[in-house]
Amino acid sequence: MADTLVASTARGGSAARRDRLGPSPWHALAYVAPALAVYAAFVLYPLGRAVHLSLFDWDGLTLATFVGLGNYVEVVTDGDLRAAFGHTLVLIVFFALLPAAIGLVLAALLTRARVRGLPFFRTVVFLPQVVAMVVVGVAWRQLYAPDGSVNDFLELVGLGGVTRAWLGDPTFALPAVGVIGTWVQTGLVTVLLMAGISRIPDQLYEAARLDGAGPVREFFAITLPSVRAELAVALTLTVIAALKTFDLIYITTGGGPGNRTSVPSYEVYNRAFRLGEVGSAAAVGVTLTIIIFAINLAVARIGERR
Amino acid sequence: MTSRRVAVAALAGALGLLAAACTPGSENAAAPPPTEREVQTDIASLGPVTLTVWDQEVRGGQNEQMERLNAAFQERYPNVTIERDSRSFDDLTTTLRLALSSNDAPDVVQANNGRADMGAFVAAGELLPLTPWANAYGWDQRFPDSVRQYVSYTTDGKVFGEGEMYGLPQVGEVVGIYYNVAELQRLGIAVPTTWEEFEAALAAAKAAGATPLALGNVEGWPALHVFGTVQNQLVPADQISDLAFGRKGASWLTPENTQAAQRVAEWAQAGYFNEGVNGIDDNQAWQAFARGEAVFLIGGSWYAPDLEAAMGQNVRFMPPPAAAGRPVSATGGTGLPFAITSASDVPDVAAAYLDFITSPEAMQVLTETGNLPVVDTGAQTPPPGLSEDVFAAFSAVAEGGQLLPYLDYATPTMGDTMGAALQELIAGTQPPEAVLATVEADYAAFVEQNG
Repeated sequence: MADTLVASTARGGSAARRDRLGPSPWHALAYVAPALAVYAAFVLYPLGRAVHLSLFDWDGLTLATFVGLGNYVEVVTDGDLRAAFGHTLVLIVFFALLPAAIGLVLAALLTRARVRGLPFFRTVVFLPQVVAMVVVGVAWRQLYAPDGSVNDFLELVGLGGVTRAWLGDPTFALPAVGVIGTWVQTGLVTVLLMAGISRIPDQLYEAARLDGAGPVREFFAITLPSVRAELAVALTLTVIAALKTFDLIYITTGGGPGNRTSVPSYEVYNRAFRLGEVGSAAAVGVTLTIIIFAINLAVARIGERR
Repeated sequence: MTSRRVAVAALAGALGLLAAACTPGSENAAAPPPTEREVQTDIASLGPVTLTVWDQEVRGGQNEQMERLNAAFQERYPNVTIERDSRSFDDLTTTLRLALSSNDAPDVVQANNGRADMGAFVAAGELLPLTPWANAYGWDQRFPDSVRQYVSYTTDGKVFGEGEMYGLPQVGEVVGIYYNVAELQRLGIAVPTTWEEFEAALAAAKAAGATPLALGNVEGWPALHVFGTVQNQLVPADQISDLAFGRKGASWLTPENTQAAQRVAEWAQAGYFNEGVNGIDDNQAWQAFARGEAVFLIGGSWYAPDLEAAMGQNVRFMPPPAAAGRPVSATGGTGLPFAITSASDVPDVAAAYLDFITSPEAMQVLTETGNLPVVDTGAQTPPPGLSEDVFAAFSAVAEGGQLLPYLDYATPTMGDTMGAALQELIAGTQPPEAVLATVEADYAAFVEQNG
């Protein structure tokens, strides 16, 4: 490094300027080095360590046994773990797709329909995002309790027959957790999309209206294509949130009843810290990382396509 | 492109280095700590020392006894400073594994008795066998066999219930039945004295429109105590002990165990439990019982202080009434035992501390602070009220009956497996046979691997 600098100053003139501005990889590396060092110490090294651990059968205490890809085979063959990954797919519907659909409609309505007191509504819609997930979990656990508000409401409207302990019901526990996710994520998606929609020039809508388009046609022809980038960001964020859900499960169901709401993140915690299956936990974590990475790559690609 | 290639190369290099690095756990793989050593009981002569203690005595009376005993210990040995780190049961369980394998491990820790905790730590050589100090302090005499088995492992950690002592418990625990006095009177049901009468009382309460049993089972473990209580009345005691200690040669697929699982399923089907068992948590359940929303609560002695505070004289406690022709049998054992880590540089001070907090004087302090001392229970005068019931129940079971181990002791994963399986049983989504097959699979896999 020092040699290059000395040499370039010695040469002087225009060549030196080109050198300094030129695309030398080592210059670039020098600039990113501080950040890279932190990133390597706190992300890359732990990631590598997790990959390393995932190749062993280890209880966290005694000498580990090398099992190669055995833990990964288990991720695929173990019914409980496969189910856990399946549950996150259901959660993606509730955490990402539903909020996207609701958010689109809400955002279009709020921005196009000149609502009075817009800042108020925007704040209300966004509020769930501000509350810590643990608090959300505790609050919803009360709502879903056998004598909670959800059941009270159902009885009020004459649906007393469908009341149940939602989080303890074998069929409805997972959707019940999912609905919490929808409630939390809708605000984020809506606010993101509102920003996108407000950027659309009014002339476009005017032109469409002159061509005889109604509100629905307007939505599909102008609004939706224009917010593609915002939608991609919203989906990326919410899909990640769905895949790494831990706090919500930990607070509301602990993976039960049976294993019907267990998710990979919870399994990582459960196996590493409670069951003493560190290798298996690491394998689940690494698999989850790869899946999140792949899904986000796909979403980003779709968002970039013009 | 070039930078990406550099990054990939760097990452690949880092991974290669890691893979070549030592096997996880090799830094801890030492020979098991010796069972014989010179012990020093004259702590005052050791000069200024610091003793780090991790406990989970965070609730009211528990915390009070710990503070009193720690103060008294430091008063007796002014050269000892106790650094106490107190955290909840869950927090302690999840952090202990990492703490013990670190270079800066505490000297004394409270480790749960079962194979998931104490057993794993013994196998890893993280805890010291207490035999040398047991001889010096006479702990063999202080603790009867029935208590010692709960803290004993062979030095390789493979056999539970035999071998060396690895920890000393302060308090006893027994799972019994709480009942609401006013509700029983209102329903015209007599306090049951046999298991058959108890089941009849459940049916009568149900028929009268009341909720017979409170149970909140989001966590999974509360149902283990209900199942254990039923199992204790129907299955021979030695079978339960073998299963719960994870010993070879037992089986969950016996007619008696099947009968016990069927019984719990029948209770659930008949609506003996409150609505939505798997959807409400343990705290909500005992609070509902405290509000008079259920007649009985099957649960451990640890609920007593909270229930008495909420219900006063309206709540009583009894051991599960025995089935005809059987001794009184209940799940129970010891509170979390205190153990000495092998990383401790002051094991003699740690041993003196263990001796001090389990001494007859300490048992007196435990009684005064509303806890259930594990030894000399009969000799104590409990505070009036629910404590008297709890003391009497523990004495009856520990001295005149069968105190049977917690079922989740069996294997490192049993608490989890059984918790989930019993949720299925109570929800009616799996028949008793399938539930027992799941539990048996966990037990059999462990027993085979344990050798």
